[in-house]
Amino acid sequence: MKKTNETFFSKLGKAIVGKSTVDEEVLDELEEILITADVGVDTTLKVIKRIEERVARDKYLNTSELDVILREEIAGLLEENRSVDQETAFTLPEDKKPYVIMVVGVNGVGKTTTIGKLAHQFKAAGKSVVLGAADTFRAAAVDQLILWAERVDVPVISHGMHADPASVAFDTVKKAVDMHADVVIVDTAGRLHTKVNLMNELSKIKRVMQKFIPDAPHDVMLVLDGSTGQNAFVQAKEFTKATEITSLAITKLDGTAKGGVVIGISDQFKIPVKYIGVGEKVSDLQVFNRKAFVEALFQKK
Amino acid sequence: MFDNLSYKLDRAFKTLKGTGKITEINVASTVKEIRRALIDADVNYKVAKEVTDTIKQEALGRDVLIAVSPGQLLVKITQEELTKLMGGKKEDINLQGDPAVVLISGLQGSGKTTFSGKLAGQLKKQGRQVLLVACDIYRPAAIDQLKVLGEQIGVEVYAEPENKNALEIASRAIAHAKKTGKKTVIVDTAGRLAVDEQMMQEIEALKKALNPSETLFVVDSMTGQDAVNTAKTFDERLDFDGVVLTKLDGDTRGGAAISIRHVVNKPIKFISTGEKMENIDAFHPDRMAQRILGMGDVISLVERA
Ligand SMILES: Nc1nc2c(ncn2[C@@H]2O[C@H](COP(=O)(O)OP(=O)(O)OP(=O)(O)O)[C@@H](O)[C@H]2O)c(=O)[nH]1
Ligand SMILES: Nc1nc2c(ncn2[C@@H]2O[C@H](COP(=O)(O)OP(=O)(O)OP(=O)(O)O)[C@@H](O)[C@H]2O)c(=O)[nH]1
Ligand SMILES: [Mg+2]
Ligand SMILES: [Mg+2]
Repeated sequence: MKKTNETFFSKLGKAIVGKSTVDEEVLDELEEILITADVGVDTTLKVIKRIEERVARDKYLNTSELDVILREEIAGLLEENRSVDQETAFTLPEDKKPYVIMVVGVNGVGKTTTIGKLAHQFKAAGKSVVLGAADTFRAAAVDQLILWAERVDVPVISHGMHADPASVAFDTVKKAVDMHADVVIVDTAGRLHTKVNLMNELSKIKRVMQKFIPDAPHDVMLVLDGSTGQNAFVQAKEFTKATEITSLAITKLDGTAKGGVVIGISDQFKIPVKYIGVGEKVSDLQVFNRKAFVEALFQKK
Repeated sequence: MFDNLSYKLDRAFKTLKGTGKITEINVASTVKEIRRALIDADVNYKVAKEVTDTIKQEALGRDVLIAVSPGQLLVKITQEELTKLMGGKKEDINLQGDPAVVLISGLQGSGKTTFSGKLAGQLKKQGRQVLLVACDIYRPAAIDQLKVLGEQIGVEVYAEPENKNALEIASRAIAHAKKTGKKTVIVDTAGRLAVDEQMMQEIEALKKALNPSETLFVVDSMTGQDAVNTAKTFDERLDFDGVVLTKLDGDTRGGAAISIRHVVNKPIKFISTGEKMENIDAFHPDRMAQRILGMGDVISLVERA
């Protein structure tokens, strides 16, 4: 394959020259781009159908129009995020103190790392942060979170390995209230959504925190690995069932994977993507930007 | 989602009921359905196209048995083709050398450290003396993680927590293995992206210096379309000997297995099916093919017919 920075749109331009309508060839090209970005067959067909309808209605579609329409259509599938700009991303509702974030997801997606980066950002925004080490299962998970806490200089509540995750979460919330902290971020063990007891454990962790702060957790963040394929869809579905996911974070977008699966997820479950992970360093977390994401989808690497 | 594949295929054939043979015309829409099922299972777009073209050639002219619907027959052909594509027979790990060195590589979070522990545990059970080496000097608590696993399975872990040079650590670990009579050395490395040039150079250098008898590429079975790019780059840089497919205890179809095999033509040697140290298994291409198609029952139905 030729390494090129040519975008789909510029290629589309060539394909469409001298044509009055968007033909099969153009749509095939579009299909390949979307599918290879993990957008999935259903969502891809949905996008293509909408393009076809616009073409049928407007009769003539030139390149730049198609370009605009395509971006609009895809961006339209992505749920609007209430705090899109960098300025307001790390401000918190005044009446929710501490603001409790619970982070969940399958194994190895980047939960703990994302928590470290988030803690750093909240701190930089002038907030006091407390972390809860409720992954008491995976080997050295507590140590990993403690090292992140040291790195970004925030306190972490831990009962060590093999402790009851729910009681760690409870204690974290309680201590955070005592310390007048602004934000609490609770790490949980990675779990496949097919494991019923582990999914029930999440509901339990949630309930236990509610004993102390009735509307906690204020945000249940599902972390998805950007290189995951169609299974991410099932993950979103099952985690939503167990814990009512309120936001998404997509990690590892510094690689060649496009993370297109979130388009369908966002469309179907109406969960906004809040953050993206773009590396392993403390600063490698960005606030999700729909426009930039759609742009990257069509950028050949 | 895919469980009705043969139903869909039968529907595609309906208009041609009574036809005894599979022909160019009646196979077209069916092949499209199969391609879609493969893409739904995360088989790479291009690979799915190539595979379904082969399946089409295979299917043309075949007689349709009375007891089996054309859809079911095509699913069976597909399953056979996928099995063939994934290698057909089981391939073992190469542990020649004194000590034999196994180098573990892969993306972040794919399951390398966990697998290193599992492999060490399995080899120990087979009576080999094993040394685990902690060469992930980047991820917080990576060394501790491997040490905890080593303790669980009773295998020594060689680590130099203060040293920030993976090559040095690995070389000294080999010397340590020789001194202590360990016949197998398993080297866990940091997760890295294929596009991270510096990190790819590091693992290339590790491979060159250690001359492993087995270099394994560990990949998450939930990986999507990008699996081909990553596998290709890792193979170009490392010329790895085998693939480990992890997290198969979930419900992912695992289409990446086909994409990887198709693109780099290296055997899948192990599967990982859980977080516990005993959750390590050999790879069975036939079972994987059925899993990807989600069609286990139909296959046995066709077999009986
Ligand atoms: N390149 C890259 N690597 C990342 C990113 N986020 C996390 N990682 C890496 O992915 C690996 C797994 O990250 P963790 O934070 O431990 O993931 P986790 O979800 O907490 O894992 P478990 O607790 O074991 O389920 C680590 O090597 C991280 O450094 C990212 O945005 N980009
Ligand atoms: N369910 C399940 N989880 C697994 C499997 N293999 C590994 N894991 C989990 O996946 C997560 C990541 O595993 P690691 O072994 O830390 O992955 P890694 O490749 O060493 O990660 P980095 O060193 O950060 O690149 C952990 O939570 C493991 O417990 C598996 O086969 N099934
Ligand atoms: Mg974690
Ligand atoms: Mg590791």
